[in-house]
Amino acid sequence: MDKRILVQGGHIIDPSQGIDGIGDILIEDGKIVKIVRQSDRATVNKEKDNSLKNYRTAALPHCCTIDAAGLYAMPGLVDLHTHLREPGFEHKETIKTGTGAAVRGGFTSVCCMPNTNPVNDNKTVTEFILRTTYAEGECFVYPIGAITKGQKGEELAEMGMMREAGCVAFTDDGRPVMNSLMMRRALEYSKIFNAPIISHCEDIHLSEGGLMNEGSLAAFLGLRGIPAAAEDVMVARDILLAELTGGRLHIAHVSTEGSVRLIREAKKRGINITAETCPHYFSVTEKAVEGYNTNAKVNPPLRTERDVEAVKEGLQDGTIDVIATDHAPHHRDEKLQEFDKAPFGISGLETALSLSLGLVEQGVLDMNRIVEKLTYNPSKILGISKGSLMAGSVADVAIVDPAKVFDIDAGRFLSKGRNTPFDGWRLKGRVVMTICRGKIYDWRMDE
Amino acid sequence: MKDLVGIKEISREDIELILNTASSFRDILRRDIKKVPTLRGKTVVNLFFEPSTRTKTSFELAEKRLSTDVLNFSVPTSSVVKGESLFDTIKTIEAYGVDYIVIRHASSGATHFIANNVNASVINAGDGINEHPTQALLDAFTIIEKKERLEGLNVAIVGDIIHSRVAKSNIYCLTKAGAKVRLIAPPTLIPPYVPEGVDVFYSMEDGLRDVDVVMMLRIQMERQGKGFFPTTGEYFRLWGLTMERLKLAKNDAIVMHPGPMNRGIEIASDVADCGQSVVLEQVTNGIAVRMAVLYLLGGSRENG
Repeated sequence: MDKRILVQGGHIIDPSQGIDGIGDILIEDGKIVKIVRQSDRATVNKEKDNSLKNYRTAALPHCCTIDAAGLYAMPGLVDLHTHLREPGFEHKETIKTGTGAAVRGGFTSVCCMPNTNPVNDNKTVTEFILRTTYAEGECFVYPIGAITKGQKGEELAEMGMMREAGCVAFTDDGRPVMNSLMMRRALEYSKIFNAPIISHCEDIHLSEGGLMNEGSLAAFLGLRGIPAAAEDVMVARDILLAELTGGRLHIAHVSTEGSVRLIREAKKRGINITAETCPHYFSVTEKAVEGYNTNAKVNPPLRTERDVEAVKEGLQDGTIDVIATDHAPHHRDEKLQEFDKAPFGISGLETALSLSLGLVEQGVLDMNRIVEKLTYNPSKILGISKGSLMAGSVADVAIVDPAKVFDIDAGRFLSKGRNTPFDGWRLKGRVVMTICRGKIYDWRMDE
Repeated sequence: MKDLVGIKEISREDIELILNTASSFRDILRRDIKKVPTLRGKTVVNLFFEPSTRTKTSFELAEKRLSTDVLNFSVPTSSVVKGESLFDTIKTIEAYGVDYIVIRHASSGATHFIANNVNASVINAGDGINEHPTQALLDAFTIIEKKERLEGLNVAIVGDIIHSRVAKSNIYCLTKAGAKVRLIAPPTLIPPYVPEGVDVFYSMEDGLRDVDVVMMLRIQMERQGKGFFPTTGEYFRLWGLTMERLKLAKNDAIVMHPGPMNRGIEIASDVADCGQSVVLEQVTNGIAVRMAVLYLLGGSRENG
């Protein structure tokens, strides 16, 4: 690890401090020392203040200088929704490969979901995840604990002890907490830890047997549908429970027009909720399923053009706070099956940023808002000191070439999961370098 | 055309070609010696992952009448119960050097999955709730035999539409051929999305009026008590095809059923046996239509 790193002349975007302009980032001992904006530099130089020369390469021995001219430099991305699969499903992904994929995608912190085997519903599993991350992880991992024991929805898990062990939030993700009383208790009980309850909104009776979005395409393909209402009714329920309890609710993977509307209205009424969506819900519609493409099978399912537009509007007006990946890697053999047998999920860490940049191109969000939803907002929701280039922060930086045109090649993913409906897509804008804890990952020679 | 995976994948011209070809095979089936050497040396495997007697027998007869070598592969005796994936199973079968794979599978799209992964011709004998194309073709053939056309006819499809691959293939086949299709069922058994131009009726009394063809579907016993309808008794009372209701259709309307029938649940016994019922003709025509499909798929390739 280089003791000193200078990221020079990049366009720095750090919504946590309102920085949006050309400048340099100086890193020392794995920490951000300072950010010097070009405008400041000019002023300071005029005053003949030599203090800034301290970070100049010439004046600093053993300094690695990264020429970031023409590139964006932003805080390392924070993924609020990742499945690392370890323990239990190491054939799909491990903490090592999952965090490797994260760093490739510009993420320096990921929150891993508890639906492992065993389920992360007690501090022993939480500690295992953190220990393994310490030994093998390429980036920071923040475990998310289960709300209920075994994610069965019957008894509360030991949230307090998991919180002490390092869990930053709680969810039964992969399945909903169907029992409304149990959800109420979870929202009440978690208040003492100031950790959000993340809700996977799905009425499993309405979605029973469903394989893709319910609609004319599902009817045409002869695949059982999952109606938008299966998501919407649970979003509505959980909003009401958040209002009742005053608990901290975060809605995972918003995919429908109805959910966006309900969340928008709840926020307007001052209810304490936040929400995320994933790149696949604003980049592609259910049409990706045509030809029984199991790599487009995901839960909640890919929806219609109307839903995609609504999700974009939700991102635009702040209804949706966060872009998360819901990175759900699966083994090739599991996806190479009959459509109903293949598991739900998309491998998302390595495509998330590039797909999100599509929103800039489309004029949906500006660069600042994109970065905010991928860094500062998820950090705020979890109460972790990440997603910022503030002096003294851990040196996590993503460097992005906005002009880089490339074709997604799932075969070259660092994740074990190559299950993506975006294979072969031509995108513009890519992470070219990631700095995590001051360690430099340089992907520029990777092409 | 390499495969027949569904009616939605083929054109009106394809349908007409199959039906015209079937009509010459229908003549052969009337002869004393019913076997022809047309596909001698070709090998067909019948891959049935779901129980089936009628469709399987019909395909097997069609294959034998065309002098193919027939392999039967059914689930209880296969390696599938040993945990083999469908992909490995079909790759193994392909390695035997078969020319045709006839497949029935509980998963919608399973036929497409296989067709995309093998060189042999794949024929869908029913996939999940998606399609059962040869059933629709034999139904069309039977209607033409009785009515001399499809264009302009009013056809009512009655019963468990939402779970029926037969209904789906028939909707595509009949609408492509220019017939007017209406669906009659309780709202819970009508798919939430029906193709454009197809009318939906919840009452037999409204739906059966002036139709040329009444196409009944089998009601699965397991649907009762699951919220689709309360009991089979109530179902028969409201949607069962009785002689009285049949009178609402045109005088010369025909009654069809893909079998096996549940007498007293979806169809009254006297209707099933009446002169307007063409159920047994459907069975015979099924062989001719399947012969035509095998012949046409094989004829387009040069790997004999």
